[in-house]
Amino acid sequence: MIDAIASLGRSSLNALVVFGRAFLFLLQVLASLDIVIRRFGLTVVQIYSVGVRSLLIIIVSGLFVGMVLGYQGYITLVNFGAAEALGGVVALSLVRELGPVVTALLFAGRAGSALTAELGLMKTTEQLSAMEMMAVNPYRRIFAPRFVAGFVSMPLLAAIFSAVGVIGGYIVGVGMLGVDSGAYFSQMQSVTDWNEDVLSGVIKSIVFGFVVTWIAVFQGFNAMPTSEGISRATTQTVVVSSLAVLGLDFILTGLMFGTG
Amino acid sequence: MAEPVAEESPHIVIENLRFRRGRKVIFEDLSMRIPRGQVTTVMGPSGSGKTTLLRLIGGQLRPDGGRIWVDGQEVARLSTRRLYALRKRMGMLFQSGALLTDLSVFENVAFPLREHTDLPEDVLRTLVLLKLEAVGLRSARDLDPASLSGGMARRVALARAIALDPDLIMYDEPFTGLDPITMGQIVTLIRRTNQSLGLTSVLVSHDVTEAMTISDHVVLIADGRAVDAGAPDDLRARASDWSAQFLEGRPDGPVPFHYPGDSYREDLLGVRERRDD
Ligand SMILES: Nc1ncnc2c1ncn2[C@@H]1O[C@H](COP(=O)(O)OP(=O)(O)OP(=O)(O)O)[C@@H](O)[C@H]1O
Ligand SMILES: [Mg+2]
Repeated sequence: MIDAIASLGRSSLNALVVFGRAFLFLLQVLASLDIVIRRFGLTVVQIYSVGVRSLLIIIVSGLFVGMVLGYQGYITLVNFGAAEALGGVVALSLVRELGPVVTALLFAGRAGSALTAELGLMKTTEQLSAMEMMAVNPYRRIFAPRFVAGFVSMPLLAAIFSAVGVIGGYIVGVGMLGVDSGAYFSQMQSVTDWNEDVLSGVIKSIVFGFVVTWIAVFQGFNAMPTSEGISRATTQTVVVSSLAVLGLDFILTGLMFGTG
Repeated sequence: MAEPVAEESPHIVIENLRFRRGRKVIFEDLSMRIPRGQVTTVMGPSGSGKTTLLRLIGGQLRPDGGRIWVDGQEVARLSTRRLYALRKRMGMLFQSGALLTDLSVFENVAFPLREHTDLPEDVLRTLVLLKLEAVGLRSARDLDPASLSGGMARRVALARAIALDPDLIMYDEPFTGLDPITMGQIVTLIRRTNQSLGLTSVLVSHDVTEAMTISDHVVLIADGRAVDAGAPDDLRARASDWSAQFLEGRPDGPVPFHYPGDSYREDLLGVRERRDD
């Protein structure tokens, strides 16, 4: 019994220590952000490897999610004789919720895990130490550009996801189920509000991008310098950032739509 | 530039260094001097803290007590900017080579130059080729670090370490895991680098034969202290208990064969008590 309480106490303390380290790490990275302006090229390379390499999975998933939404939306709406409203339903679900959330989950799995593994390997093979000994600050040279790349790519990927999803809904709704093409888009325009829907989706995806990238980069930095350490950190990145995204989504949705 | 006393003063001075990892004391009271312009080898058994010592000298770790001066500057007291300036004048070869895996051999050697200078591309190219030529790998410049053998990786790392023309270079176990030919090449390279560039070389090693042939000065460490120091021949002649055991490779002696712990008998009988302290 006492042992159980003691181990609970110990693991909460450990969690607190890790969180503290993650926070200090974030501060150090933020203090190094001037490198992004001074040597923009470093960040561009990272945007390519974090963002562009995630494009395919984002486009394919967006297409399928949009198509499923087209189906499900149609089945429900046609009962009320409101099949023309399909465009609005598809767009709202994507822009407000599914775009940011699903993109963030995919981003954590594709780009986040890759970031953690890359940085963990750099740490294990002493590349980060070697850089320090060459008087190159890894926070500036390595962490800050990756952090900014993740943070910038995520909202763009979410926007692409939503746009492709709208096309997916169109393919199913208009192409296969016979909803009027003009109605699909005019409904979409009249129902979606810029501030209420689009902007809130963008804010969500910025927050998710920040959190997922923070977790991924920190896990790589903090990994035990062994091969098990790297694989454990990679798994942790996916698990922790997925949970963080879903939890934050609940909180953000409450904040944004709860009062309005 | 060079002060008159600089010639004679040691490059690195360590006084009463204390350092521990958690509860494990790694350095108890370590003092040594590393003369300028010579090859000094720090020898000690595995796990005696040789790598740790190099990291302390490079300012990556902070001592718990005592002081380390490099070139008259106390490392632990330097501001980040000063420390980085000092590191630009130090090269370090890691045990694993630690090449940057996403860059080619050429770019690895160019890395410190690109980070710290604004040299035009053609000058930079000439410099990098010069350094690669010095280690005999000019034609391997387009290879990937992953496709290099251990010995080649170490030579590339050496080219990278001398890219900024440092005045101090530190080698962590440069001989381990090499075949005799590659070992010979590395020994020659270290010696030649030391002579032609006139720099101070610090080696950390447990390969007695190579270390003794290559060094001007040897420091033996054990139990967190420097137990003996001097020119290789003096050390062999003098042969204190400890040095004799180490240099001749006897399994037991002042350095025990067994990891410290409970007695064998207690362990077998299962009377081992928990020691909480
Ligand atoms: N990051 C670390 N955390 C805790 N203990 C460590 C760490 N790194 C090294 N140690 C411990 O410090 C001691 C000295 O390590 P160090 O790597 O300096 O030894 P070494 O003399 O270089 O050994 P080798 O000859 O095997 O390379 C070892 O007992 C090791 O267990
Ligand atoms: Mg070592």
